[in-house]
Amino acid sequence: MTISIPPTTPNNSKSLQPQGWLRYFSFSLDHKVIGLQYLVCGFVFYLIGGALASAIRIELTSPVSDFMPRDVYNQILTLHGTIMIFLWIVPVVNGAFGNYLIPFFVGARDMAFPRLNAVAFWLIPPAGLMLITSYFINGAAQSGWTAYPPLSITTPAAGQIIWIISVLLLGGSSIFGGINFIATILKLRRPGLKLMQLPMYCWAMLGTSFLVVLSTPVLAGTLILLSFDIVAHTGFFNPVLGGNVIVYQHLFWFYSHPAVYIMVLPAFGLVSEILPVHSRKPLFGYNTMVYSIMAIVFLGLIVWAHHMFTSGTPPWMRLFFTIATAFIAVPTGIKFFNWVATLWGGRISVNTAILFSCGFIVNFVLGGITGVALAQVPFDIHVHDTYFVVAHFHYIVYGGSVFVIFSSIYHWYPKFTGRMLNENIGRLHFIITFIGFNLCFAPQHWLGLNGMPRRVAEYDPQFAFVNQLSSAGALLMAVSTIPFLWNIIYSAFKGPIAGDNPWQALTPEWLTSSPPPVENWPGEAPLVTKPYGYGQKPQKEKNPSIGNAKET
Amino acid sequence: MRKWLFINNLGIYLGSLILPSLTAIYTILISLGLIIGGIWVGSNVNLLPVVASSNAPIYDELFKVLFIIGTLLFFGMLGLVVYSLIQFRRKPGQTGDGLAIEDNLPLEIFWTAVPAIVILFVGLYSYDIYERMGGMESLGANNQHHHQMASKQRIWGGIGSKDKSMQGANGTLIPVEVTAMQFAFLFHYPDGDIISGELHVPIGQPVTMKMESKDVIHAFWVPEFRLKQDVIPGQPTILNFTPTRVGKYPIICAELCGPYHGGMRSTVVVEELEDYQNWFAKNAKKPDLEV
Ligand code: HEM
Ligand SMILES: [Cu+2]
Ligand SMILES: [Cu+2]
Repeated sequence: MTISIPPTTPNNSKSLQPQGWLRYFSFSLDHKVIGLQYLVCGFVFYLIGGALASAIRIELTSPVSDFMPRDVYNQILTLHGTIMIFLWIVPVVNGAFGNYLIPFFVGARDMAFPRLNAVAFWLIPPAGLMLITSYFINGAAQSGWTAYPPLSITTPAAGQIIWIISVLLLGGSSIFGGINFIATILKLRRPGLKLMQLPMYCWAMLGTSFLVVLSTPVLAGTLILLSFDIVAHTGFFNPVLGGNVIVYQHLFWFYSHPAVYIMVLPAFGLVSEILPVHSRKPLFGYNTMVYSIMAIVFLGLIVWAHHMFTSGTPPWMRLFFTIATAFIAVPTGIKFFNWVATLWGGRISVNTAILFSCGFIVNFVLGGITGVALAQVPFDIHVHDTYFVVAHFHYIVYGGSVFVIFSSIYHWYPKFTGRMLNENIGRLHFIITFIGFNLCFAPQHWLGLNGMPRRVAEYDPQFAFVNQLSSAGALLMAVSTIPFLWNIIYSAFKGPIAGDNPWQALTPEWLTSSPPPVENWPGEAPLVTKPYGYGQKPQKEKNPSIGNAKET
Repeated sequence: MRKWLFINNLGIYLGSLILPSLTAIYTILISLGLIIGGIWVGSNVNLLPVVASSNAPIYDELFKVLFIIGTLLFFGMLGLVVYSLIQFRRKPGQTGDGLAIEDNLPLEIFWTAVPAIVILFVGLYSYDIYERMGGMESLGANNQHHHQMASKQRIWGGIGSKDKSMQGANGTLIPVEVTAMQFAFLFHYPDGDIISGELHVPIGQPVTMKMESKDVIHAFWVPEFRLKQDVIPGQPTILNFTPTRVGKYPIICAELCGPYHGGMRSTVVVEELEDYQNWFAKNAKKPDLEV
């Protein structure tokens, strides 16, 4: 009954690859190596982006602009936003975990296009380095990560052009990645494995990849037109030459709102993998989870103008975008209830992985609630471009995606390295991160409601105390990376040996050695048709490959 | 059997009314507590600055409703997660898996329908609020019957005012032309040809502003008015409002406009009609023009 894929005959290009840890610094074609390259590279940029965030929060401990010149503040702000989105969250939740996990999940030995995959990764370090060095050459871009014209046309050109080129490279990288994921999930599935039997992260990545492939080219086109306006003095967006600045905003947000889901849909998928394992229960409502991903993808593509309620948008348009935006809360809500239902009645091992996942649920609920509020035009008109929005989207991207990245690292570290992380240090990491995060961002809701605009280096003295609270939280978040870094580095050498499947999980990546061999399985790839079959008696006749499900 | 227990536990009220058990009663009590708590918090915690325009109290109504629903939802979810982590944590010596519940159609329909209804309610309610704030008014038309500006141009944007087609207490409408530039707002009163760095307006009188930018995008924001509108180069926008409280309030630029963006502020002075008229008379270029 078991259909198996024979190992591919070793081909030259693969056997010539460097072995041992050196292969992580090479142009490897192994999806696992590429996945970890994405992860480590992303984390390095996260540390840089975090250092910039600390600089911003230091500046904001006092109401006057005293820590750095004002234009440098805007450069740091722009770099921080760009790095965090394009070099940390998008590459990690998609590239890192997608590359590592998707071939396992579909029962393949590698991605559909291994070479394209490696190229997609190797576009990232040069693009990131270029972006950062622009700061030292002629000053980085300073018009924010949105690069709205005419500001982006009138600020110094060199930094802005370098910003555009690196974002184009990063966009290209994610398009390559997206094509590869779609092909891998749809075409490389092991014979006998149906779409509705795939682990949820595959569905999330399928949806995300469609978003990437549909919307990133629009961003690329827009930025190319913007660069023409800057260097060739064309007038696409430049009002002095008859251009329309609002058209840029429409085009920009047509990519950048879906980008939000490019950052959180994979995170949703990862959480759906982690919760069932540690609560020893099947993922609740598999089908509704799949449909809600599709609904989010569709709605995500048609809500962009909610970022433009104050840009002179006509009333009918505001109304349409209000309704469409608010309705995203319905499929999103379904997912949240399903996760809680997955926990309900479980035998939960309350470890670091599940703490970060639950932290994600709590944070994201708050971010989602403020999102629904922002979708209401009259509400948004008051708080648009204020610290309320800053709080909202950090609850989404930090409280959402970053918490999930940590949760995933705690969950899959034994698979990556073959060793366990230290649980106590992990919990310490969680506690400091959770407190620091909420201390940093919760007070910002109040700041925005009461009159503090975003992207400012100086502000009304009445906001000083609350800003200091927020900066203290940011400091805690910075401190929280220390136990984490210590843990992952120390445990890589000294951590207890994990064994192949320390969590007794049923998804296929655990049915091979830790770390897995090249080509993933020494023999035939197992056919896992019930990745969440916890609490069920293994049905030997039906599913020979999930034999190690535990008996109740 | 297990499925029904599950429904009960998660708080389907209908199910539990038919099958009143201790858990059902607890669920109802906890939900009631949550609702009352949410309403109490929403009504008693004020997170907003003072109310100084006719739009602001309408905005605050919406805020209160959203705050109540949000508080309820947030603490409900928080409670569920924390409760699960405590109640269902693996106890020492416990082995084996949890319940093999994979789905439950009624439950899933329930929690699709409830958010959908809540969202629909919030949407309709905020549409009503928007309507009352004058958001659906055609702003271009508003200007034509009164002043010379912007008669032909198609002007979108801003928020209007439903105050009796912009007639004030004594039938006046105060026009102001706003020019934003790096890094200042300039206010021009065409009636008296006054140019001022501060916006002076009389209490209770509707004001209509035509706003244009000289360079990059700026945004005009008065938190106490709950109003914001981008000021866009090459594309004038309109903002109408009626101040309702005497005082000085900050005008803040809310769109990144360059290095001194944080310093781009001004003041709106809301004063009694008499004080305003004095200020106007003192500054007007053509003394014969009265307000
Ligand atoms: C899913 C992850 C999300 C991320 C990463 C995210 C991120 C962001 C970001 C970066 C902004 C700032 C826009 C700016 O620069 O002005 C923003 C604004 C906004 N978000 Fe989200 N968001 C997310 C989810 C949501 C959800 C679920 C909703 C509503 C149901 C929502 C509704 C809005 C609205 C209406 C705005 C406009 C606010 C404004 O700019 O005034 N967002 N979001
Ligand atoms: Cu400005
Ligand atoms: Cu500004």
